[in-house]
Amino acid sequence: MSATAAAVRMTGISKAFGGVRALDGVSLEVLPGEVHALLGGNGAGKSTILKILNGVHRPDQGTIEVGGVPLTTHTPEASRAAGIAMNYQEMSLVPTLTVAQNIFLTREWRDGAGLIDDEEAERRAAEIFAMLEVFVDPKALVADLGAGQKQLTEIAKAISQDAKVLVLDEPSTALAVSDVERLFVFLRKLKAKGVAIIYVSHRMDEIARIADRATILRDGRHVITAPLSELPIDTMIEHIVGRRSKGLSDVERTQAAKGEVLLQLKDVSGVHKPEHVSLTLHRGEVLGLAGLLGSGRSSLARVMAGIEPIAAGEISIKGRSIVIRKPSDAIAAGVALVPEARATQGIIPAHSVASNMILAVIGRLSKAGFVETKAANDLTDAQIARLKVKTASREHAVATLSGGNQQKVVIGKWLATDPDILILDEPTAGIDIGSKSEIIRLVRDLAAAGKGIIMISSELSELLTACDRILVMADGRVHQDLPREALDDPDVPVDDQAHRLQAAEQRLQIEIQKALAVQEI
Amino acid sequence: MASAFFANWRQNIIYIGFVVIFIVFAATLADKGFLNPNNLLNIVRQTAMIAVMAIAMTFVLSAGEIDLSVGAVAGLSTVTVAMAIAVGGPFVGVIAGLATGLAVGMFNGWLTTRIGIPSFLTTLAMMGIAKGVAMWISATAAVPILSPGYSWLFGGGNVGPVPVLLLWMVILGAIGHIVLRRTGFGRRVLATGGGETAARYSGIDTKAIKFKVLVISSCAAALAGMLYAGRLQSGRFQLGEGDELSVIAAAVLGGTSLFGGRGTVIGTIVGALMIGLINNGLILMGLEFSQQLIARGGIIILAVALSQKRA
Repeated sequence: MSATAAAVRMTGISKAFGGVRALDGVSLEVLPGEVHALLGGNGAGKSTILKILNGVHRPDQGTIEVGGVPLTTHTPEASRAAGIAMNYQEMSLVPTLTVAQNIFLTREWRDGAGLIDDEEAERRAAEIFAMLEVFVDPKALVADLGAGQKQLTEIAKAISQDAKVLVLDEPSTALAVSDVERLFVFLRKLKAKGVAIIYVSHRMDEIARIADRATILRDGRHVITAPLSELPIDTMIEHIVGRRSKGLSDVERTQAAKGEVLLQLKDVSGVHKPEHVSLTLHRGEVLGLAGLLGSGRSSLARVMAGIEPIAAGEISIKGRSIVIRKPSDAIAAGVALVPEARATQGIIPAHSVASNMILAVIGRLSKAGFVETKAANDLTDAQIARLKVKTASREHAVATLSGGNQQKVVIGKWLATDPDILILDEPTAGIDIGSKSEIIRLVRDLAAAGKGIIMISSELSELLTACDRILVMADGRVHQDLPREALDDPDVPVDDQAHRLQAAEQRLQIEIQKALAVQEI
Repeated sequence: MASAFFANWRQNIIYIGFVVIFIVFAATLADKGFLNPNNLLNIVRQTAMIAVMAIAMTFVLSAGEIDLSVGAVAGLSTVTVAMAIAVGGPFVGVIAGLATGLAVGMFNGWLTTRIGIPSFLTTLAMMGIAKGVAMWISATAAVPILSPGYSWLFGGGNVGPVPVLLLWMVILGAIGHIVLRRTGFGRRVLATGGGETAARYSGIDTKAIKFKVLVISSCAAALAGMLYAGRLQSGRFQLGEGDELSVIAAAVLGGTSLFGGRGTVIGTIVGALMIGLINNGLILMGLEFSQQLIARGGIIILAVALSQKRA
């Protein structure tokens, strides 16, 4: 292997963001003419190492060689000059420019006078799409495209660069199965030309079909690099999951008493996703939604909370059919959503803990248009005590709190509306492990106190710890409805909590991959 | 072609509006001399400075920034040009005017891109500073310009029947249009304003782009000041006062987005002409100044509201 220069050789790369180690001495070597899969769970460091390769981030330590030549300047320009092209997940498209203008941004086609020739760019863009056998209008504004078309534009932009190293970060999330197949055909052609391809995906079946070798990262460290022939899917999952579930495994799981039916969905569809979802949620129950990005989990949550319109089907709460047209309808019906993007959808960071907590109930706390200070403060203090929010005072800005405590403020804000049904979308994203188990415990406590809870998380170990029942989603549909016990491995001793959780996580991971496979048939 | 033009009528409202207003004024104000060639050329003469600044403002807005200091910088440049001509002649005057724009623009750009102060605040503060400096160095007095050659080239002259000011507007407009539409720089400006993160990930130095558009804007403001000075044969700190609002209105009327990413130089020029046209028509109608202000505000709101894309 040392005879041919590696297309990319990253050695001992470390990177920290404000004290948090994202990468710790990670090495990655990709050969010319191979498809190299980069795998890892959320927070494993995949995106960080790719952004370093692409010059968006500068490594704290370590060296990068591209085609045997050291890369010393860390800017997107320098990386591109070295022959690296990458698709970002919709991050590198300018919405106000056309598809063709985006594909050739900074590499515009020129006419004889040296001026930009957009018509030539449109022709070239159409050629690339024709080669991939997909249709995207090169003249369309990117702002007007759907997610899949944006993804295709990103891919076209990356491959139009004739790069020596092509990085594809989850290219298939928004693609139809047939489109993925055409992408693979094209990637094999590039491979034959000696292009090195780094392929990131959460879909193990895809990896198994396209990749030659794989590197697996976990918690910012390198776990293994091996040919795919030595990595069957369950081995891959084992390496990805590892033993990082400590801290969660000591959250005690008790069987909650299931009460009346709180929420029932019959054949509910959104405009794009979800499709024909039916589910039942009981009082005292935590229902988990598992699936990959784009599986329709968050869309389902938004439909239930009145943020996205319902296209078909029926929602009933406590046996009565209701119509949810806008968020206030949902709130009035007793549904509260703790949204996915905490910083933008959950809190107003510069405002105080108190003013965030009362945001959803200002009407109730007001008399003659004035907010009753005492009532607001009492409510805030009660929530701070109930949720054990660590803050210097109720007057401190939410931005000064840690991520976990910010999330508690969001949860407190919604509990103030006294909902029966609480939907939590990725409630533990971006918060430390200690606070994660605290949030999970809180979820269990709320259920025990008689609420019905729907929880979305990409961290399977959390779903497994928090939930009584887990729905596996893919492509907007519910594929499986599994009681939590069904995922336990009877062979693992009951007292080995960490190992039990790990085994269950592998089972759930396999269920998710199965759901994806069903959709391909 | 024609059907596509009207299908996108909201985008093209400025052109439709311009023609409609022109026809209305032509019909109702014909007896007051509206269609008199001299009156029409006067509209151009009064609009040229706004148009010159608005061409540059199109770049600033397209990059997602704003420049509120253009009116005051134009005023400052009338003073520096007039004083420099008095000392060293017209050539030195032109250098002094451009140097004024360059210095202010680099300072604006530096504060905005390196210190990180939003351009709204940088240029708001600069508006006061430029006006103060102009008042201070001129002791608030008008500075006469006694160079016929300068006055001819910068504002006062005619080539045959065509005012030099019209030539300035057309030439700078053509350059601005081609640069924004057809050069790498223009494309980078639009990308920076349309999606800064995406532009940066695509390898565009967005800070450098923002710096450059602010420099261009101040230089255009200084040039507009030079045109004011030439036309009125003097430098006065009041010249250009309040122009920033007409300049921004012209660009937005023309279809440039205040949020960045979308801009058209031709639309901007028509927007500037439309503002001039409205001013002229309202004066000919015999409206009082107070009524003119109200009518002008109403027409601008109507035009911008019609141009907004409905969700």
